[in-house]
Amino acid sequence: MSEAATQETQATRAALTILTILLLVLLLLLPLVVVFTEAFKRGLGGIVEALAEPDAIAAIELTLIVAAVSVPLNTVCGVAAAWCIARFRFPGRGLLITLIELPLSVSPVISGLVWVLLFGANGWLGPALDRLGVRIIFAVPGLILATAFVTFPFVARTLIPLMEQQGAAEEEAALTLGASGWQTFRRVTLPNIRWGLLYGVLLCNARAMGEFGAVAVVSGHVLGQTMTMPLQVEALFNDYDWVGAFTIAGLLALLALLTLAVKAALEWRIGERSGALL
Amino acid sequence: MTVELRNLHKSFGNVAALDGVSLTIERGEFIALLGPSGSGKTTLLRVMAGLEFVDSGDIVIDECSMHNVPARERGVGFVFQHYALFRHMTVARNIAFGLEVRPRSRRPPARGIEARVQSLLNLMEIGHLGGRYPEQISGGQRQRVALARALAIEPKLLLLDEPFGALDAKVRKSLRVWLRELHERMGLTSIFVTHDQAEAMEMADRVAVLRTGRIEQVDAPARLYAEPANAFVHEFMGESVQFRCLVANGRAWVDGLPDIVLPCRCPSGPAVALIRPHEIGLLPGPGPARVEAQHHVGPLHRARIALDGRVFDVPIPEGRWWPAAGQTCRLDLSSARVYPWPSDAAGLPRGGDRELDPPTPAAMLIEESSA
Repeated sequence: MSEAATQETQATRAALTILTILLLVLLLLLPLVVVFTEAFKRGLGGIVEALAEPDAIAAIELTLIVAAVSVPLNTVCGVAAAWCIARFRFPGRGLLITLIELPLSVSPVISGLVWVLLFGANGWLGPALDRLGVRIIFAVPGLILATAFVTFPFVARTLIPLMEQQGAAEEEAALTLGASGWQTFRRVTLPNIRWGLLYGVLLCNARAMGEFGAVAVVSGHVLGQTMTMPLQVEALFNDYDWVGAFTIAGLLALLALLTLAVKAALEWRIGERSGALL
Repeated sequence: MTVELRNLHKSFGNVAALDGVSLTIERGEFIALLGPSGSGKTTLLRVMAGLEFVDSGDIVIDECSMHNVPARERGVGFVFQHYALFRHMTVARNIAFGLEVRPRSRRPPARGIEARVQSLLNLMEIGHLGGRYPEQISGGQRQRVALARALAIEPKLLLLDEPFGALDAKVRKSLRVWLRELHERMGLTSIFVTHDQAEAMEMADRVAVLRTGRIEQVDAPARLYAEPANAFVHEFMGESVQFRCLVANGRAWVDGLPDIVLPCRCPSGPAVALIRPHEIGLLPGPGPARVEAQHHVGPLHRARIALDGRVFDVPIPEGRWWPAAGQTCRLDLSSARVYPWPSDAAGLPRGGDRELDPPTPAAMLIEESSA
């Protein structure tokens, strides 16, 4: 009796495992395979050709520029916000935490749209900026703003629980030993959060480079000027340039795989150091 | 160096953590801040270090007001309850920290720092641990590292927050003696926080007993035990048995024991008499106290006394008369100390066995006349 019961459980277990693996293959692995097979459809030459396109190069450059500005910006702001929230109790603290998480719950299209409403030609500040000759929407500053908004939570959200768990005692100890605020941050706070910070920055960067929705709204799709890699993929795809589209998509996929590998390594590292903080 | 605390007030929201604390600490003293949790003792330590700021009052160290002096400039060594060692630094780097963050003009050369770290490690008897990380050493060793780190900056004043709280009983005992010796040897002025009265009594020159942000009494341990200033201190400094009483004209009538009248200096009105169990005398003869049980182990002899629904143990010295179980006896409470009835409920000592209501004159008179 009991053996039959066990066997039934085993059968169920096997079925569930196979189902999960099938789903994983179907939903995760297959698209990845498709991306690379499509990219290689005309061989390595096709890929080189696709990457040599000036528009493709511009898209890659723009993506790097957007990430290079928004990621450091969010790193600094994220550390400051996390420090503030983890170390102090002040009125409005709960609201601040909610605000930080807002970009995660708002649709990326809305995240883009708010900037259009603010800085667009018919927006609140648009006409005034237009007179000054400053262009934000359909230009690089808009892309950076939209990306920074969408990726803001990653660093702060990673650091808040970490810093709360570590407590302020070490920082206080540094102060009583005569360290200045900056010395305390550099010698005590930063080394303690470094792995968590790296983890947050990594996630932030992955999202910054891969963001589509918010960026699509503010971009204006000017070829060679305001097209980031994800937008370029869409444009090429719509032009039936499949090899071109999948080549750039493949680049993004590679980035994702790299992020995943480093993230796994970091998780292992953090877990080993201070017992599964994330 | 002397430390003067002048009428310190500090509240967190509606809760007064410090409610008018004044205390003068002389050079070379070893002071214990003793009190139950929430009595404000850690807050007091933290305001001295500059980690917390008072609402009013002043802290004066060597005639210098600390009013606008930030923590980093106070030169006060602080040993945290859980040590707060820098987890990413080796033991040696931890100890060197206070010297390494000094501005270049006051920083010793690298070799000087190394030498100082090594001498501190040796002083702490952990000379071989310099290369380890905090997570690789034991609790007692971490305690020593925390102490060495605080001493590296040659502090004028050493503050220790529950220095033995996180250690097991055995390590605690040996560290107590060791720390006391270190204090003497280095000529430190030290203040430590504890909720363990035995620890305070054993180590400190003077003990300040705190309750709800106020200092109830500051005295040498022996005096604190022998002459507690009020019922709270009496109760906190050791085992106590308490009796309700009523004071009139400098004499206290003990509730339920009509033949006992104690001399006292309390104002007339409700009062409480406290006595240490070993000070209670048992006298032969029929009386209100009943002996529930006897137990003796070696020279120690104890009688479990039931009185008016309460039960307490009375140790009886060897050679003295002791009643058999089941017998009744009279009590000698002449060593009891009488204090005015505490004005707030929180100040009322827990009576070991049960809560006491304040006596009312009417009830006492009835009992007296019926007796």
